[in-house]
Amino acid sequence: MGRYLLRRLLQFVPVFLGTTFIVYTLVWAVPGDPFAGKCGERQCPETFISLMTDRYGLNDPLVVQYFTYLGKVVSGNLGETFSGVSISEQLLNSAPITVRLAIVALLIQIVIGVVAGVMTGIRGRGFLDNLVLVSTLLLISLPTFVTGSVLQILLGVEWGIIDPTVSPEATWGELIVPGFVLGAISMAYVTRLTRTSIAENRRADYVRTAIAKGQPTRRVVFVHLLRNSAIPVVTFLGTDLGSLMGGAIVTEGVFNINGIGGLIFRNIAEKEGVMVTTIVTLLVLVYLLMSLAVDLLYAVLDPRIRYE
Amino acid sequence: MSDPQALDTFSGADAADLATTETGERQRKPRSLWGDAWIQLRRKPMFYISGVIIVVVALMAAVPDLFTSRPADFNNLDFASQPPSASAWFGYSFQGYDIWARAVHGARATLLVGIFATLITVLIGSLMGIIAGFYGRFVDAFLSRFGDIFAGLPFVLGAIVILTTFNPPGSEPSGTAILVQVILSISVLSWPVSMRIMRSATIVAKQLDYVKAARALGASTRRIIFRHMLPNTVAPVLVYATIALGAFIAVEATLAYLGIGVRPPVVSWGVMINDGKDYVQNSPHELLFPAGLVTITVLAFVMLGDAVRDALDPKSR
Repeated sequence: MGRYLLRRLLQFVPVFLGTTFIVYTLVWAVPGDPFAGKCGERQCPETFISLMTDRYGLNDPLVVQYFTYLGKVVSGNLGETFSGVSISEQLLNSAPITVRLAIVALLIQIVIGVVAGVMTGIRGRGFLDNLVLVSTLLLISLPTFVTGSVLQILLGVEWGIIDPTVSPEATWGELIVPGFVLGAISMAYVTRLTRTSIAENRRADYVRTAIAKGQPTRRVVFVHLLRNSAIPVVTFLGTDLGSLMGGAIVTEGVFNINGIGGLIFRNIAEKEGVMVTTIVTLLVLVYLLMSLAVDLLYAVLDPRIRYE
Repeated sequence: MSDPQALDTFSGADAADLATTETGERQRKPRSLWGDAWIQLRRKPMFYISGVIIVVVALMAAVPDLFTSRPADFNNLDFASQPPSASAWFGYSFQGYDIWARAVHGARATLLVGIFATLITVLIGSLMGIIAGFYGRFVDAFLSRFGDIFAGLPFVLGAIVILTTFNPPGSEPSGTAILVQVILSISVLSWPVSMRIMRSATIVAKQLDYVKAARALGASTRRIIFRHMLPNTVAPVLVYATIALGAFIAVEATLAYLGIGVRPPVVSWGVMINDGKDYVQNSPHELLFPAGLVTITVLAFVMLGDAVRDALDPKSR
C-alpha cells in the first residue's frame, strides 16, 4: 500500500512538470506586450518598462523564467501580478467560490443521479425507466449555457423564485440553481452509469443468495447491490470534480459568479503567465489527486482489490 | 483453411450428411459482428429518428439553398428582434438577420468543426492507444503520462488558454484560421479519451489466440495490428466517436458563447448563439432557436451512439 501510494505520487511529477511547462510556454510564446494599456492612455515610459522587465525577469530565456517560476511554486510564494496584487490573495478570493459551486454540483449529481439510477436499475423496463432514459438523453444534449440561460430566465426573471445573479459572497443557498446547471450533464451520466451497473448486478448470484437466505430487500439493495455497483459510478464522480471546477467558467459567466473562470479570463488577456499557469496547474492537481483517491476507494469497495 | 485440398479430402460422406441437415433447416451463413450489429440496428426506432435528423442537418450543410432562399447575411434592420412569423420562421435577430436563413447556412461551419475535430481526435488517439497497448512497458508508461497532461487540463479552460493566446483580444483572425484553431484545440484536449479506449481494447486483443496464431505464422507487426487487431478493437472507439461528434458540436457552441470560438464573418450556430446571448432577457428566441438546433443535433448523435453501442454489445440483447 505504502509503496503503491509512493509510486502513484511520483507519477504526478512528470505530469505536473509537463502541464506547467506547456501552459507557461503557451502564454509567453505568442507575441504581445504585457504592458500595453498598463499606463492609461499613453505609452508606458521606457524606464518603467525596463524596470518591470528586470523585476519579472522577462528578458531571461523562457526556460530560465520557467525554472524561476518553479522555484517560486516550491517556496510557496507566488509573487505579484504586474499591477502589484498578490497572486495567492487573488486565488484565495476566487477559488473557494468555485470549489463551493463544484461541491454543490457534485452533491446534486450524487443525490439525484444515484437515486434515479438505482430506482430504474432495480425496477427494469417500464414507464419510469423510459422517462429517466429520455430525460438523461435530453440533459446530455443540452449545452450548459442553454440550461443556465433558460433557468435564469424562467426562475430568475419570469417567476422571481431566485435572484438572476449571485451576490459576491455566493452563499450555499444561492449556488443551488447554478450548481444544478453545472452538474446537469454529469448528473445524466451518473444516472445512466448507476442504472446499467445495478441492472447488470441485479441478476448476479450473490444477490439471489442474499434474497434466498431471507434478507430484507432494503439490505439487499443498500448493502449488497449498491456497494458492488459503485465502482464505475465512483470512478466517474471522482474524475468529474476537476472538470466541474474547470467547466464552471460558463456557469459562472451566466450567473455572474466571481470565481476562477472570470479570474483566468482577465489574466489571459493581460498575459499574466504566472497566474494562468498556477490556476491551470491547481486544477490538474485536483484531477490527479481525485483519480488517486478513486483508485484507493476501489480497495475499500471491493476487498479483493489489493495494492502492492 | 487456406488450403482447398485439405478440405477436399475431408469432404467425405460425413460432410455430405452435414450438408443435407443444414439445408433441411434453411441454410444460414454465419454473420460477422458487423453484420449482426447492422441487423440489430435496423430494429431500433432510435436509429431511424437520429438518422433522419443527421441526414437533414447534413443536407443543410451541403445544400443550404434547399431550405431557404435567403442568403446567410440577409439583413433588414427594420425587422430587428421581431418574433417568429410566416416569412421568417425563427424570427429576426437584433441586427435584423433572418435567424432561420442564417441557421441553415450556419450548419456547415458547425458540422465541419464537429467532423474534423472527431476525425483528428480519433485518429491520433487510436494510433497512440494501439502503440501504447501493443508495445506496453516503457512506451505505454510514457504515452499514458503524456496523455495525462492533456486529460487533466479541464476542457473549457484549456481551450480558453489556447484560443486566447493565439487570438489576443482585439485581433481579427481570418475565418479559416479560427476554424482550424478551434478544431485543433478541441482535438489536442480530447485525444487521450480515445487513446485510453483503444489502449485497453488492444491490451485485451493482444492476449487472444488469433493474434498469437498470426504471430506464429510469421505476420509482421504492422500486419498484426492493422489486419488482425484493428477490426476487432475499433468498435468501442466508433461508439465514442459518434457521441464525441455530438459533444464537439456543443463545444463549438460553448466556445463561441464565451466569445473565443468561431466568430464572424464565419456563420455557425455558435456565432448566432453568441450574437443572441446579450438580448436573452427581451427576445429569447434569438438565443433559443440556434441553441435548440444545437441540442437536437447533439441529441441525434448521442442517440445514434447509444444505438450503435447496444447493437455492438451482444450482452445487452
